[in-house]
Amino acid sequence: MKESRLFPWLGVIFGATYFLVPLIATFEFSLRMERGRYSFEAYRIVLADPYFQASFGYSAVIAVCTILVGIALSVPTAYVVQLKLPRLRPVVEFITLLPLVIPAIVIVFGYLRMYNSSSWLPLTSSARGTDLLLTFSYVTLALPYMYRSVDTGLRAIDVRTLTEAAQSLGSSWPRILLTVILPNVRVAVLSGAFLTFAIVIGEFTMASLLNRPAFGPYLQRIGANRAYEPAALAIIAFAITWACMGLINLFAAMGRQTQRR
Amino acid sequence: MAFLTIEKLVKTFGAQTTVKGIDLAVERGEFVTLLGPSGCGKTTILRMIAGFETATSGTIRIDGKDVTNLRPNQRHIGMVFQAYALFPNMSVADNIAFGLKVARKPSAEIAARVKEMLELIKLPDLGDRYPYQLSGGQQQRVALARALAVKPQILLLDEPLSALDAKIRISLREEIRAVQRALGITTIFVTHDQEEALSMSDRICVINEGNIEQLGTPFEIYNYPKTRFVASFVGTLNILNGRVLDSTSGRLSIDDQEVITARGIGGASTGDTLALALRPEALSIGHANGGSNNLTGTIDEVHFLGSVVRIRVRFKDNIVSLDTFNRPHSAPPERGQPVTVNFTREDILVLDRPTI
Repeated sequence: MKESRLFPWLGVIFGATYFLVPLIATFEFSLRMERGRYSFEAYRIVLADPYFQASFGYSAVIAVCTILVGIALSVPTAYVVQLKLPRLRPVVEFITLLPLVIPAIVIVFGYLRMYNSSSWLPLTSSARGTDLLLTFSYVTLALPYMYRSVDTGLRAIDVRTLTEAAQSLGSSWPRILLTVILPNVRVAVLSGAFLTFAIVIGEFTMASLLNRPAFGPYLQRIGANRAYEPAALAIIAFAITWACMGLINLFAAMGRQTQRR
Repeated sequence: MAFLTIEKLVKTFGAQTTVKGIDLAVERGEFVTLLGPSGCGKTTILRMIAGFETATSGTIRIDGKDVTNLRPNQRHIGMVFQAYALFPNMSVADNIAFGLKVARKPSAEIAARVKEMLELIKLPDLGDRYPYQLSGGQQQRVALARALAVKPQILLLDEPLSALDAKIRISLREEIRAVQRALGITTIFVTHDQEEALSMSDRICVINEGNIEQLGTPFEIYNYPKTRFVASFVGTLNILNGRVLDSTSGRLSIDDQEVITARGIGGASTGDTLALALRPEALSIGHANGGSNNLTGTIDEVHFLGSVVRIRVRFKDNIVSLDTFNRPHSAPPERGQPVTVNFTREDILVLDRPTI
């Protein structure tokens, strides 16, 4: 007997409505800045706002730094765990999952207590030091996503044999990591990088408590004081996030094509 | 002095000793196969030579130099793996050039060597391809070229043919042997496939439970196995229990039928039970022959295998299998039919005493 497709379709329609209606409503609202007609005036104002450009630029730079530190931390760790310390995998996985269960506000208060201006490592006593602290905070926040992406990528290749093949050809550990392992987990690293970028661009708590001019606090400030611009910003932030997701899928598809056997 | 010398090599993993004091000497340019069942320790020995496993005790010397504690990238060995292990992000040419780039050779020398290697493995036009664009056999040839490009002192082959289909396996093993002979490179080959070992090796080292059971040429290993394990592992073998009637003259009784062996059984006493081995190809069915051993039995089973007919003959407690060529004009014998099995005195291999 053929199963009825009504209920699955109802589920899809409900899900799409739940997701799309607020989005469409926000978008529609963002276009109503000028009375009596739709326009992109709110977008023009937002994009022309020097604070938008500065905060977005700042967050983008911090995101890139976060990605670089995240890769430098995750790739060697996941590689060593897979190759030499497989028994440590549950412990490392547990540690990398902690940022998902510990609220960001708790983490940042911990950092402030550890690295305040009267501590042994006074990172918050200078703007650059605080930027560094913010970067490390974001590395922690994005760790579950970055580590998981890299670990999944490493599991998809025969790390041990590739390493041994390179070693037998005289290669050193750093060279193996840079020329053999990293290029073969490129897609996984890029996935982690785009997820990290999306997280960092919209993050509010850490940037706000560390008092840095990031995009998250800017979004909050505009939202509290303006009517139409926050809706335009929400749509812009949404578009950036979805562009990151789209790039993940694009690179994943390219990776599958390259590694096809 | 041998080119590769292994002395009292031991490897333990926790409480388990995988390699139990191996001694092995391999001459320059020799092709030696480590043959044994899964888990016997042959791959562990190879990995210790390569430096991927640390020896618990013992020494490994290559060309007189103690390499036991050197890192793999300092040993100057070439290795070919079962899983090819080509770098997926690099083209065939880049794979072959990898070791040369690591060694910081000039780019002109690298290009010339890559070309030479591609010609050696008969893939001169595939340098720009990526590993995923090659068949399994081609990938393994590239892996061989990559290992040889750096002119290693020793070539290590870790079951390189296991992942290939039967036809490719046969052609590639001939190619590997031809390349090895052409370059005169000392080679250690690990396999559990006795046919590969017999067809490729200068010498075979049969390993069982971390010990060397026998070391010899393929001819010696097949025709004169020293232990019951070697006899049963290398080739198909019939093992029969024979009671010693007279150790001086080599007279034995198999299921109350007398046979004579040409090999000495001097250490045995009258009444002792010995394990005797007979290769299937040494046996024939026919009339009793005065000049050889004859055992009378009945046909227990007949398997028609196409070009060959495998016949199982039961005497009393002992059973033997023998192969005869299929002859279309002569029907194979039938079950229950009485037959006489003939073999020469020289065909009887006296193995160690059975533990039963």
